[in-house]
Amino acid sequence: MIRRIIAACLLLLTCALPVQGQDRTIQDVLQEHADVIVKSSRKTIAPAIEAVANSGLPAAQDVLEAWQAKDMWQRDSDGVFFKAVKAEGSAYDLLDFDTGGPVGQADKSELTQMKPNSGIRAMIAAALVQFQLNDPDPERRREALLAIQRDGEASHLAPLRASIKSESDPEIRALKEVTERLLTISFDPDEAARVTAIEGFKGSLSLDTRAALNPIVTTHIAYADGVGETANVKRELRAGSRDLPVAEAYALMVAAGAVTPQPSLAERKAALEANISDGSVAGIPLAELNTQEARDRAYAALADQGLVPDFDPAATEETAVQGVRFAEIYDEPSRAVTGAAEATLASINRAVGLNQFFDLSLDGLSLASIYFLAAIGLAITFGVMGVINMAHGEFIMMGAYTGYVVQQVIPDYTVSIIVAIPLAFAVTFAAGVAMERLIIRWLYNRPLETLLATFGVSIALQQLAKNIFGTQARPLTSPGWLDGALSFNDVVSISYIRIAIFVLALIFLGVFLFIMKKTRLGLETRAVTQNPSMAASMGINPDKVNMMTFGLGSGIAGIAGVAIGLYAKVTSELGADYIVQSFMTVVVGGVGNIWGTLLGATMIGFLQKGIEWFNPSNTLAAQTYMIVFIIIFIQFRPKGIIALKGRAAGD
Amino acid sequence: MDMFKKTPSLPIFIAVLVIFTLAVTFLSEAYGAGAISTSFVKTLGKTLCLALVAIAMDLVWGYTGILSLGHFAFFGLGGYMIGMWLMYARTKLIVVESMASAALPPTPSEISDAIGTQIFGVVGSSDFPLIWTFAHSFWAQIALVVLVPGILALIFGWLAFRSRVTGVYLSILTQAMTLALSLYLFQNDSGLRGNNGLSGLQNLPGADAISQDYISVWFFWASSLALLLTYLLATFLVSGKFGSVIRGIRDDEARVRFLGYSVEGFKLFVFTLTGVIAAIGGALYYPQAGIINPAEIAPIASIYLAVWVAIGGRGRIYGAVIGAAFVSLVSTYFTGGQAPDINLGFYTIKWVDWWLVLLGLSFVLVTLFAPKGIGGLFDLISHRMSPDRHGLPLGPDKGSLREEEAEK
Amino acid sequence: MKIQLKTTLAAALFASTAIASSAVAECPVKVGVLHSLSGTMAISETTLKDTMLMLIEEQNAKGGVLGCEIEAVVVDPASDWPLFAEKARELLTVHDVDVIFGNWTSVSRKSVLPVIEELNGLLFYPVQYEGEESSKNVFYTGAAPNQQAIPATDYFLDELGVEKFALLGTDYVYPRTTNNILESYLKSKGIAEEDIFVNYTPFGHSDWSKIVADVVALGADGKKVGVISTINGDANIGFYKELAAAGVSADDIPVVAFSVGEEELSGLDTSNLVGHLAAWNYFMSADTPENAAFIDAWHAFIGDDARVTNDPMEAHYIGFNMWVNAATAAGSTDVDAVRAEMYGQEFPNLTGGTAVMGVNHHLAKPVLIGEILADGQFDIISETDPVPGDAWTDYLPESAVLKSDWKDLGCGMYNTETETCVQLKSNY
Repeated sequence: MIRRIIAACLLLLTCALPVQGQDRTIQDVLQEHADVIVKSSRKTIAPAIEAVANSGLPAAQDVLEAWQAKDMWQRDSDGVFFKAVKAEGSAYDLLDFDTGGPVGQADKSELTQMKPNSGIRAMIAAALVQFQLNDPDPERRREALLAIQRDGEASHLAPLRASIKSESDPEIRALKEVTERLLTISFDPDEAARVTAIEGFKGSLSLDTRAALNPIVTTHIAYADGVGETANVKRELRAGSRDLPVAEAYALMVAAGAVTPQPSLAERKAALEANISDGSVAGIPLAELNTQEARDRAYAALADQGLVPDFDPAATEETAVQGVRFAEIYDEPSRAVTGAAEATLASINRAVGLNQFFDLSLDGLSLASIYFLAAIGLAITFGVMGVINMAHGEFIMMGAYTGYVVQQVIPDYTVSIIVAIPLAFAVTFAAGVAMERLIIRWLYNRPLETLLATFGVSIALQQLAKNIFGTQARPLTSPGWLDGALSFNDVVSISYIRIAIFVLALIFLGVFLFIMKKTRLGLETRAVTQNPSMAASMGINPDKVNMMTFGLGSGIAGIAGVAIGLYAKVTSELGADYIVQSFMTVVVGGVGNIWGTLLGATMIGFLQKGIEWFNPSNTLAAQTYMIVFIIIFIQFRPKGIIALKGRAAGD
Repeated sequence: MDMFKKTPSLPIFIAVLVIFTLAVTFLSEAYGAGAISTSFVKTLGKTLCLALVAIAMDLVWGYTGILSLGHFAFFGLGGYMIGMWLMYARTKLIVVESMASAALPPTPSEISDAIGTQIFGVVGSSDFPLIWTFAHSFWAQIALVVLVPGILALIFGWLAFRSRVTGVYLSILTQAMTLALSLYLFQNDSGLRGNNGLSGLQNLPGADAISQDYISVWFFWASSLALLLTYLLATFLVSGKFGSVIRGIRDDEARVRFLGYSVEGFKLFVFTLTGVIAAIGGALYYPQAGIINPAEIAPIASIYLAVWVAIGGRGRIYGAVIGAAFVSLVSTYFTGGQAPDINLGFYTIKWVDWWLVLLGLSFVLVTLFAPKGIGGLFDLISHRMSPDRHGLPLGPDKGSLREEEAEK
Repeated sequence: MKIQLKTTLAAALFASTAIASSAVAECPVKVGVLHSLSGTMAISETTLKDTMLMLIEEQNAKGGVLGCEIEAVVVDPASDWPLFAEKARELLTVHDVDVIFGNWTSVSRKSVLPVIEELNGLLFYPVQYEGEESSKNVFYTGAAPNQQAIPATDYFLDELGVEKFALLGTDYVYPRTTNNILESYLKSKGIAEEDIFVNYTPFGHSDWSKIVADVVALGADGKKVGVISTINGDANIGFYKELAAAGVSADDIPVVAFSVGEEELSGLDTSNLVGHLAAWNYFMSADTPENAAFIDAWHAFIGDDARVTNDPMEAHYIGFNMWVNAATAAGSTDVDAVRAEMYGQEFPNLTGGTAVMGVNHHLAKPVLIGEILADGQFDIISETDPVPGDAWTDYLPESAVLKSDWKDLGCGMYNTETETCVQLKSNY
């Protein structure tokens, strides 16, 4: 609505302006509107922007651009506006808008910066469109098109169409053509042109297309008796359906005056209160009015006396709306346009649905890879060695903090990540070896006590991290080339950092398989796990093997920490968030088998996303139901998805 | 009595508990010298409840060998059940009082709506969820204190033991159950006020005029009595044949099964019974704490429970009591800010920062060097030393006797 | 006439000696600090503990209060809500503190309330909260919903032209209640129910891809989408990282946050978040001499120039100074005497203007809206006139009829329709 008014103002202004004198400067225009410019509210700013944009002065574009970039300042002493550029200290160089030349310096304290909010900036951008569509700088032209897509106006249509022919850059030209069609859908008065434009978007996944089409097919529901002949009716409705609940239908009838509403419970109570006389209502003592039934009697008695409007308990809303016709009516009057839009949207929605499924699958895959990454170290220490390490989460945390510390020393994000990954491995490998030597090896025969001892280590490490790094979350920033997302279209996209985590998870899977199947350490590890005394008699040193294996599992947890820190946060509780999930991933997948862990992570990841999809407003519920599912799952497959068989199963 | 003969520590424990209870009473602000502040009486009362749930943990872990990381869930559920009645009844009194001045006497549904608004207004709702159906009745909620956790333990235990989930798997499974329950309660849709939980539980309905000085002592007595009864029950259970069987299950489940005992039945019984004991502890604990919310049920709480029992000494009931009391009181001391900082010159150790590190490390040390926990000290006094467990194991299973052990 | 004068004199004399004796008897004045120093909330609350220690140190340098040295009694409730009640009782009965400054989360406040009310203590609560509460014994120096959420929503509606709202929050009472109020408010402003998307996530949530995608998809029907975030604590880091990765620009989908301040932003790189918003009563970037002095004092006290200041710190600053002034005016630290002097107490804000304590125990403060800058600070782009805090929101039917006036009505939950006091103690 506001847009239309602005458009109307704009038309008026363009007619009115040439009458005014030619020697006006842009400063005069600004001064005329100084109050609203300083007030800087989207509700009142429109005339100022229009005045500048349509002043016909060469400086108008400069002013708007400076204003938009928060570079416009006002001198407190005389209220004159300048473009200001920061000089040394708190001094600013002032540039005159009309001449573009410098007019001296001023201290920050003598100036006030104009800070247009993003709503105003969008309006300025829309006003700038007419200047920028043919700007020699392609970046400006792109910006102008973006502004149209955000805040298109009817007035943009003509200049945009005019600018297409002269556009030399093929990419921008294509963008202009798409934008032109979007504007046509919304603003062109010609019905046939709109229909053609709409039909051209069949199957398009672009968000802007849907944003242009959906407003065309908005509807409202009306009481059918009041609907005119010309109305663009979508369909007839009966009350009590999913789209029209009884209460809503009843309210429509009341609004149309088709029924007189029954007094509500609160109104009846108020009526009773208003008719209290001598401690009783209609002869019924107050003390008895503590049931609804007694109140209804009292009210009926009052109604009989004609003191209050009648209340008929049998006349429910359901009976009132029975058999009454309601209609859903398009807000858009043209039947041809709505028909074309519905058809196009149907094709779009099919494509969107399919792509949403892909997007959800990508999310699931990404979550699965995160769980896998967090659990893979555990798959070694718990899965292969059978050691319950509750401090596993804290190893992940140590890895993340290592990444943070490295970033403090090496400011280049790419280099620091390359350094941090092996360093995190080294730190947690050392920690893992130390823990194995000092604690775990004494407890190999007492698995439950390993659980408790490592839990002790876990709380100590967590608190230690708090003492060293403080309780605030620490930044671990990903390198610039991991910023942003890989977008297939406006529906399917995944951030690069998640792709990196996915790749990392794959690499670790490969590394794990290689070590376990192809190296001597892997062979010895498997031997020691299956039968330590037999392995020892074959010349393997079980102590050393256990130490190395545990160190390896811990080291991988450290690298996982760097990855998780990059995508989420680095706090001392980082590890604790993943520990239960990681254990469940390993247990669900089947202990002692890396493919099981992979399957477990995949199942948990997809399951969680699936439940989130069913109940998008409550992520917590998704997590709860997922755990309940896991508990039930373990009842039926206590050994996990892939259960080890025979001697390898241990018991 | 046979029970007394088999467990010489029982009369000592009873005597200590009685003396302790009397001492606290006569030092309290309500009934005596006022040397112990009301907040400390509450702390002591709560500690007794924690000792109670520690006994349950000892029965299930120390005697039966099931490391349950879920008993605090039952503890919390017991608290929730009693909390529902406390909140409902207290709010009802307030509502009825404020409605008494209205023009019309309120109808039952108006009262119920108003209570709903008062209780759930905080979390932006006003309707009573289904689980509050019995909240108006004290006795119904008391029954639920036992029934809800009992049935949950029964179902969970039946599922888990039936499919022979044992050892660390069972621990992880119980932990998952606790996590699921706490996540569920965190949701507002659970109908128990989400993250806020139930609060103001220390204000007993209709007892506004009675000072907390008195109420805290009453709860202390109740906790003390409950602890005594639980202790007697636990001692009775473990001193008879039943105790031998569950110890047998702990040491070698398969052999007990081959001897013809229904291992699953015994485990399920112990698991459910201890779940109920924990719930009763919770029902006594939370009115003293004043508030219950899902954070209380988080998996970490249950792990701490295992920590107390391990530090106190598994497989002896007084060990569990000592562990719970010792760790929670020391914890209170160090986090209270009263413990003096230690100035090392280059660094000042603040106990608030370092207490958890100390706890974690001492826990590791106890597991490594003193598996019997604090209770083991009593063995030193009574010269009941266990054999040096070196040499080769005699049986095929972990934890079986070893060569030199068997000779003694 | 003469006799009357004499009695007045005598009364005055008696009063002054009484005051003098009580003031002398209470040395040193004890101030309880009830903030978690360990556990999940330590991240936010430790800063407030340090703020209190700094303020007390400054006040002692100025000669304390009522001629007494102020002694801080710091306890650690360890982010454990029942422990808050226990520690509050300990502060009031064992340490006999005259006033308590503390709490962050609503649930911890609800835990402390019954104890404070039972023992007639005095609590200053410095954090923005969901309202729907007015305790005789608590002064709320943080923002009520009408001092943060409602103005920010107005800003979205009027200044940014947002037509479709995503209310994202952490699943606990503050977001729940705030979103309830906002839903009701938005409907009253003509926003249809289907144009309001609500989502709750657990504390510390880190997997935001699906939710961010859902929010982006809201734009499909051509309406401008805005996000109102009540996401708490470190979950924000993952959320903003995902927003940045998805390329959601503040020009397309602006996000206004009520729980994200300078402290939270210090945990992430803000270069991709420039232009997103936060609403508070204070920003560190406020350009006033008071603020500059406060920041300098803070840096000197904490010994680290990189530390930021935030809104709850200002709330403690105002609250503590008001309490000192009220105690001085009352000539005593007695809770009832101080409370009577608190009404109408004025103290300069750090952002300019003056905060005034109302009879409903809430402050009147200006509402500021800031845009995130690349350096982790906020550019203040909008500042309202002081808004008096409203304990009972006008946008929920049950609480619209309630008001709080402890000075004249002596009731925190007064039903203006039936003209009765619903209850004197608060809901917990």
